[in-house]
Amino acid sequence: MSELEQLRQEAEQLRNQIRDARKACNDSSLSQITAGLDSVGRIQMRTRRTLRGHLAKIYAMQWATDSRLLVSASQDGKLIIWDSYSTNKIHAIPLRSSWVMTCAYAPSGSYAACGGLDNICSIYSLKTREGNVRVTRELSGHTGYLSCCRFLDDSQIVTSSGDTTCALWDIETGQQTTTFTGHTGDVMSLSLSPDSRTFVSGACDASSKLWDIRDGMCRQSFTGHVSDINAVIFFPNGNAFTTGSDDATCRLFDLRADQELMMYSHDNINCGITSVAFSKSGRLLLAGYDDFNCNVWDTLKGERAGVLAGHDNRVSCLGISSDGMALATGSWDSFLRIWN
Amino acid sequence: MSNNNASSSSVAVAQRAVKQLRLEAKIRRINVSQAATDLKNFCLQNAHKDPLLVGVPSSDNPFRPPKSCGLL
Repeated sequence: MSELEQLRQEAEQLRNQIRDARKACNDSSLSQITAGLDSVGRIQMRTRRTLRGHLAKIYAMQWATDSRLLVSASQDGKLIIWDSYSTNKIHAIPLRSSWVMTCAYAPSGSYAACGGLDNICSIYSLKTREGNVRVTRELSGHTGYLSCCRFLDDSQIVTSSGDTTCALWDIETGQQTTTFTGHTGDVMSLSLSPDSRTFVSGACDASSKLWDIRDGMCRQSFTGHVSDINAVIFFPNGNAFTTGSDDATCRLFDLRADQELMMYSHDNINCGITSVAFSKSGRLLLAGYDDFNCNVWDTLKGERAGVLAGHDNRVSCLGISSDGMALATGSWDSFLRIWN
Repeated sequence: MSNNNASSSSVAVAQRAVKQLRLEAKIRRINVSQAATDLKNFCLQNAHKDPLLVGVPSSDNPFRPPKSCGLL
């Protein structure tokens, strides 16, 4: 047998070993464990604010840690910082490239970042001495589009790309500190763990991976979806995460059991999920869909608890503020809505 | 020769795949019953602090316009 054939056989054996180890732990199910739990009942939320100002599709948004400001990015070539309480625009930042696909707000509130088809992650200082907003760094190195970026702090940011890799950057030097390789398809989304030591990524190879930020190693890989994963988000306690996919399902994966615990789907739902978020306790899973709606799922029981209708086009992004008080949704209809 | 280059890079790719699979195979796993119970308990313990789950009274909701007082 050639070396290549030997290696392929060993890989197959290892995959079977992982499958068997997971099966051995599969002594129950989340549904069984929560069978006796009261369902959450009907969850209804109303639009409390509509943020108007973008002139084209909104592709991304993220709340600031103060639960009041938020940043949104649109292919009208603007990054807008909003005060969600008053709906005022704090900053309207013109971008060098209008083909933006992601944006992020630094935890300190001092920086925002965005990027897209330019393959670059641009860092903007929001609190310059002159009072204006300007680009302080352009992080280039990815050979594919920037699909997602998340600040660890003012000096470090993690990015995911259509070039199948993720990267940790030192914003000061503009260099990649660590490159995360392993996916075999465009990486579409990433989510930082609550303790900032790891992150999960979701990709067009239908797999999601858990990465150690410090050493760059992939610790775990999860399969199950049958199409591109567009969104990932950590469960609030850091022990699990949920993915949303073009296969019309969301799935909950547990890190310690190393397997899928629940699938969120319905026969009537046949379109892709673009974005996912958890409510503060993790009990509610919010997911944005291509069919213009947002569904509210009972994380523990796998049942749909509500629908948020209101956008006139695809819901492309959503997020829950850190105080858990509100959900923001962004859409191709150019508006953001704040719900609770 | 290009043939050799192609086959040696396939071998390198396969070696990396095996190395990664070895790492992933040896992690410690807990039972689904334990994992699921912990998730359930986390949700229940934090439910009262989850505004979207329990609802937000107008007085505490930064997004709800205050009710006007009709004193008539």
